[in-house]
Amino acid sequence: MTRVVSVLIGIALVACLPVLGDNYLLRLGTMFAMYAALALSWNIIGGFAGYPSFATAAFFGLGAYTGAILQGTGVSMFIAWAGAGLVACGFAALLGMAILHLKGHYFAIASLVVAEVLLEVATSWTSVTGGGMGLNLPVLQISVEAQARLFFYAMLTIAVLALGMNWLVANGKLGFALRCIRQNEDASSMVGIDTTFYKVTGFALSAVFVGSAGAIYASWVFYIEPADVFSVLTSVKPIVMVLLGGAGTVLGPVIGAFVFIVMEELVWRNFLSFHAAVLGLLIVGLIFFVPNGILGLLRRRWTSGSRPQSSEENVE
Amino acid sequence: MLYIQILLNGLMLGGLYACIAVGFSLVWGVLNVINIMHGSFVVLGSYIAYFAYVHLGVHPFFSIVLSGGALFVLGYALQAGLINRVVGAPVLTTLVLTFGLDLLLNNAMLLAFSADYRTVRLENPFGSLIVADLVIPLNRLYGMLLAGALTALLYMVLVRSRMGRAIVAVRMDSEAAALMGVNVKRIFALTFGIGALMAGAAGSLLSLIFPISPIASTDFLGIAFVVCVLGGLGSIAGAMVGGLALGVIQSFGALFIGPQHGLTIAFILLIILLIFKPTGIMGRRGYE
Repeated sequence: MTRVVSVLIGIALVACLPVLGDNYLLRLGTMFAMYAALALSWNIIGGFAGYPSFATAAFFGLGAYTGAILQGTGVSMFIAWAGAGLVACGFAALLGMAILHLKGHYFAIASLVVAEVLLEVATSWTSVTGGGMGLNLPVLQISVEAQARLFFYAMLTIAVLALGMNWLVANGKLGFALRCIRQNEDASSMVGIDTTFYKVTGFALSAVFVGSAGAIYASWVFYIEPADVFSVLTSVKPIVMVLLGGAGTVLGPVIGAFVFIVMEELVWRNFLSFHAAVLGLLIVGLIFFVPNGILGLLRRRWTSGSRPQSSEENVE
Repeated sequence: MLYIQILLNGLMLGGLYACIAVGFSLVWGVLNVINIMHGSFVVLGSYIAYFAYVHLGVHPFFSIVLSGGALFVLGYALQAGLINRVVGAPVLTTLVLTFGLDLLLNNAMLLAFSADYRTVRLENPFGSLIVADLVIPLNRLYGMLLAGALTALLYMVLVRSRMGRAIVAVRMDSEAAALMGVNVKRIFALTFGIGALMAGAAGSLLSLIFPISPIASTDFLGIAFVVCVLGGLGSIAGAMVGGLALGVIQSFGALFIGPQHGLTIAFILLIILLIFKPTGIMGRRGYE
């Protein structure tokens, strides 16, 4: 109970960010909310079910283009955002039915390649997507400050929804089934868990808020191009955040996203040409020194006394 | 006649693709590690060939020794020092680790060599052989033959040498191999080194044909993915068949759909294959 209250207080504090009136902080807050939403979404399929999905960029880009194209046809912005989430969700369900029977590296490669194919489609289908030239979105007729606040609250809403989804999944039947699948898929199937159904559901859920976040991102930056929204880094960063925080936990992805954005701002801003290398170093350090994430590290310190490791927490 | 020409182009391209993919396939099969760095290894091999030609005048066909040797040392060191520690970890761990290392390596190459495309311009270009209206660019033909020879050499090493037999044994059952006295970690390092060596050597050959840039590394990685899935993982014959098949498919695809979609065709093919026949054309077989 105390944990729920402290999370709610945390959300309320973040929601007060616009009070400071600092647009730079507000931009960072929007990025943080977006990263948290992506990481929380990936956590469903990657953390709970243990499937190494690299499809986040595919869902993000699909959402961005869906939102942009819908808005281009005159659909209102909020409906376009919701529509983008639904399209990404439906796409993920279909994709999941096709590739979730693959395991390990094969699944990783298939999910990675999907984003590349979508990138090519977006680049070639010039009449709809504007091709390599990209797409411009309608500019909002409100002040810059109001826009910053609007997109901040939109991203924050998505992040909070994604957090709620994680909480529901973790405490529900779906989370139980996905954890069983992570530990031993054949055995889960043997005891009567419909593994295909739960995997596809988990995969579809892991796409819905990514799609919406992509559409909000598109409205936020006014201009999208294929290489930007389908970038492979969009797939990799959420994975790094989740591993950083603690995979398969509800709060781990949020903590990971926070640490990640702080590092991104502090380090990368000062070393622009080493941008990728610093991310690489971060990954290597993470794998060797924080293999269970920050939550795992804290918990180990917490339980290093006489207390046995509590079994209800699912950090491995 | 046009179709024969296209088939020929495809086969020449495919021989090089096989050489790119065979090291990747070996590492994947033996270590169960997908080496995201493979594309950057190929590019690094190309740069070594480029600088060896520009500064030392070494012909790219001979700088195979330099690029292959340098990449072998790099690969061996990376595996022995870093990747061996997580080799039994879940797939995601090794994937993310090699991805991180690739970001480092690729960034380093961007800083050192810049993103500009370069090509090796020979003082005495090979020109082309013309047989009954068929144009055969000699640099591609020789490159493909050398690539084939290297692949055959690797096959002989795996089948005949003591080290090769140990690698095959580890691939079949690493625990049993350890019980028979094979130092598995050392074999892992050697295998990774050989995978990098093949990538570097392929890079040398490619430097005569494709422009060199760190940005190109993802294309080579994509080719390695597709060839492995197409031919079936873990056998040299599979890599050869997959490489040749991909080369031919891409050549015909370029004719009918457009050359700019070469890699897209390959990727769509890859997804279809993964959905319907993940074991590839040759099925699942080892190096035995």
